[in-house]
Amino acid sequence: MRNESLTRHAPTVIVWLALLSLPEWINLVAYTDLGSQVVILGLGAIALNFLLGFTGVLSFGHAAYFGIGAYGAGLTLRYLAPSTGLAIAIGALAGMVAAMVIGPLIIRLRGVYFAMVTIAFGQIFYFIAFRWHSVTGGDDGLTNWSRQPIDLGFATVDLKNPINFYYLTLIVFALCTGAMAWLLNSPFGRSLLAIRENERRAQFLGIPINLHIWLSWSISCGFAAVAGAMYALLNNFVDPRALHWTQSGTFVIMAVLGGMRSFWGPLIGSAIYVVLQDYLSSRTTNWMSLIGLVFILVVLFFPRGILGMFGRRASS
Amino acid sequence: MRHKGERESPQGPSTAVSGAPADMNQLILFNLFNGLIVGAFYALMALGLSLIMNLTGVINFAHGGFLAIGAYLAYSLIPYVGFWGALIIAPLLTAAIGLVVERLLIRRVYGLDPLYSLLLTFGLAFILEDATRLIWGAQAVAYQVPSALTTPLSYDYFFLTGYRLLMVAIAAVVVIALFVILKYTRLGMRIRAGTTDLETVSALGVNTSILRNLNFGLGIYLAGLAGVLAAGQLGLQPTIGSSLIMPSFVSIIIGGLGSLPGTLLGGLLIGVASSLTSVFYPSATEAVMYVLMASVLLVRPRGLLGEEGRF
Amino acid sequence: MDRTTRSLAGFGVDRRTLLKSAAIGVAGVASPFVQTARAAETVRIGLDDTFTGTYAALGKNEMIGAQLAVEQINAKGGILGRPVELLIEDSTSGDAGAAVQKATKLIERDHVNFLLGNVNSALAQAMAQVANSHGVLHVVPGGHTDAITGDNCHWNVFRVCNTTAMETAAVASVLIKNFGKKFYYLIPDYAFGHTLHSGMERAAKPLGGISVGADLVPLGTTDFSSYLIKAQAANPDVIIFFFAGDDMINALKQAVQFGLNRKFHLAGAQQELEALLGLPPEARVGTWVFEWYWNQPGVPHVEEFVAKIRQKTGGHVPTARTWFGYASTWTCALAAETAKSLDAVKMARALQDFHLPPEVALMPNGAFYRAGQNQLIPDLFVGNAREKGPKDPEDLFEVTEVVKGSSVAGTLEETGCKMNWPA
Repeated sequence: MRNESLTRHAPTVIVWLALLSLPEWINLVAYTDLGSQVVILGLGAIALNFLLGFTGVLSFGHAAYFGIGAYGAGLTLRYLAPSTGLAIAIGALAGMVAAMVIGPLIIRLRGVYFAMVTIAFGQIFYFIAFRWHSVTGGDDGLTNWSRQPIDLGFATVDLKNPINFYYLTLIVFALCTGAMAWLLNSPFGRSLLAIRENERRAQFLGIPINLHIWLSWSISCGFAAVAGAMYALLNNFVDPRALHWTQSGTFVIMAVLGGMRSFWGPLIGSAIYVVLQDYLSSRTTNWMSLIGLVFILVVLFFPRGILGMFGRRASS
Repeated sequence: MRHKGERESPQGPSTAVSGAPADMNQLILFNLFNGLIVGAFYALMALGLSLIMNLTGVINFAHGGFLAIGAYLAYSLIPYVGFWGALIIAPLLTAAIGLVVERLLIRRVYGLDPLYSLLLTFGLAFILEDATRLIWGAQAVAYQVPSALTTPLSYDYFFLTGYRLLMVAIAAVVVIALFVILKYTRLGMRIRAGTTDLETVSALGVNTSILRNLNFGLGIYLAGLAGVLAAGQLGLQPTIGSSLIMPSFVSIIIGGLGSLPGTLLGGLLIGVASSLTSVFYPSATEAVMYVLMASVLLVRPRGLLGEEGRF
Repeated sequence: MDRTTRSLAGFGVDRRTLLKSAAIGVAGVASPFVQTARAAETVRIGLDDTFTGTYAALGKNEMIGAQLAVEQINAKGGILGRPVELLIEDSTSGDAGAAVQKATKLIERDHVNFLLGNVNSALAQAMAQVANSHGVLHVVPGGHTDAITGDNCHWNVFRVCNTTAMETAAVASVLIKNFGKKFYYLIPDYAFGHTLHSGMERAAKPLGGISVGADLVPLGTTDFSSYLIKAQAANPDVIIFFFAGDDMINALKQAVQFGLNRKFHLAGAQQELEALLGLPPEARVGTWVFEWYWNQPGVPHVEEFVAKIRQKTGGHVPTARTWFGYASTWTCALAAETAKSLDAVKMARALQDFHLPPEVALMPNGAFYRAGQNQLIPDLFVGNAREKGPKDPEDLFEVTEVVKGSSVAGTLEETGCKMNWPA
């Protein structure tokens, strides 16, 4: 009994130990802001995986909601109020609402059709961000704003300090992943797994499939939008390419790379992808070949992703 | 070249000396026609992608990379075999590379979740782009088309060059040949049968490894050919294929997965749609193909000519 | 000692430098503490530019210019007596994230004294913000959006390449004088294109220029025929192409295939040798502005520069991008030498109205950074593209007029730059 509990929670414990202590050891291999980027994109990938790995639905359009979250945060800081908290909230809300509205339109589709229609809507949002340049800055990007210090009443946290920002990122990450984990362990989450395993059987069991998929989609995109808001804050900049389908592809890659069946898989995928790309692109312009090689090797030798190798015994 | 002050008078009925804008009907008609040309090109590339997807379920994200390879091989061959020689040989060489790639890499992901083929071909796309940049450089290279082809044939409704005519002629010939192969040859019949039920085909004694290998090669041939044709119209640099991959996917989805005529139709449709959009709202020429795709999927989820229950 | 660049494999560096740099690189990776110790003595310049993706060729040429500059600076004793090291990071041609992260890495971990970059306007702006928040001197070699030294100008951000206002003003009079007043505009649909359009209209109007039509063309368009047919129907004197990069190659290639160059004059405000090299010879037509050109007979120091770059590139001539990288890097060294300090504020002050020495400016009338705007005011080279040069296969541009930047730069108020200096 206790042993099983230990192996189940071991990955979580290890991951959190690594994340909490990151600023201490990160400078040996990289730098703190890179750690923030890993966590932020990892959140985006975990959010995608909520839909992909746990509900069995592939989306290639998550960058749209990631990007809406980013623009929401940037526009808030630029035009509304110098409040980081408000920026995150508005970005997240904007992305989630957009997803909830789009959802009913696409729910009836499955498989690769669903994936392609998510690309379609994603590219439509990309187009809007590009064309509406009076508001979004268009191709030049949204600039002239930056993350503001957080006033906690008893102290002010200066977010320009990368370590402070990293811990803010970690707090947001904890809240979001905690929420997603809780949802996945709830009856709602069990229904999602049932849908993933065998949609028809789940239907016979009386689970309202479309409603569940819509909810899963909205939750997944909502948390992707949170990641987007944090991404905007990390860079103090947003440009339309954050909404492009190639960014969506990156999230999918991270999820598959790290292991779709495991909750933390996408975070590992994000770590590998981000650190590898950052490191390799500093060493050589031929980093694309090396990353491509890594992907191919993962598919050939670790088809269940890195964590998939370990996760086979543990329940998903 | 041109000297100061010298100018031929333009032909065509539409213009007054003061420079009236083009007659709307003329524009629409032209763009309908031009859209078919552009669409034929999209269809050529999309058909290759569709062939591969239908038989093996592999989503070939590296298709754009093979397009680029085809174009660059043609560029390198032209000094030796001339434009026409390159047009024939380069796609064949690209197909040969495709056969090797299938044998070494692609066949390892058959039967797995399509996501793995995605990850594999994504990685392959990275490698192909990097390889072309390494071999031929990042600087765009000057790809020359015989001057006989680059003269306009007419100045008004059929604002057309010899090259475009050639492109659409080749695309038409190849597409017809493809459908003939699929319908009447043994290989074609096996591919079609395999698309419906590969297990049974295998049980009937057909070597499915070779079948899938040749099918992939055929798909890559089309990509290579599309590349050679594209190089005559576009700047030839390592990312030439990356902007063409999305229209291919969109063509397939609009036409319906599993249906090659559907893919052809899809390609033509988005060609015409984006050309017509350029008359009224040019900024949206790229976005319109996504709007079209979304509309088709919402109204008829399996695509225009797609089969029920596929994917 | 020749510790010039931390080299990157595949950049075409010669073997000796590669080995030395590999050794340094390995040492740098193995022990970051060694790096921080060395930080005290070397001066570092961080180049955060596009080496992969759409803008790869341009970024690479900027880098080559920067590398030559660093070699020359070190040969002359370095900056303030200290050796100079060039750190190179790939921002990729994608979204701003990578460019910002690399800039942050260069500033926070590698402690660069100067930041250079980026070809892409958006990335350049994003990096400028990072540099500004850290108070690091940032020189933009070839990022063209006007806002960088306009609405979004910063005290620590300088730019070498021209504003669209300057480019359009330089060519407008030439076009009207030689070809006629009726223009049809083909405008790429983003800030760069829009400002070129408004700049050209502004410059052409007082000379009697009329617009007979304009089209906003989406970025990355592959088929220009519908825009070209409209241009033809409007019967202009000149068809203006405001494109850059691949769009320019595609548009010109197709325009010439449709024979438009035989009926109308083709022209534009900005053209680059990289684009002309990518065009088939018959498509190398039109009247354009080059921001720098390699074939300047009679102008001192240019020939040596060209020869040195040919050595680095295996025989290819420098392009404007090469010169951007070269001038940007030298700007850093000269700023420090003039201010006698590596303090960013002092260096920025020293660069106000600073004239580049002739061996760096490499143009007939020299170049200087306008005070209050941090924008380099160089010469602009107006001329015609040609199939091939009389003597050199890469001499694809015939300069007909050298325009002094100061005569087309407009007033400081017009740029919209309001600079805030730190207290």
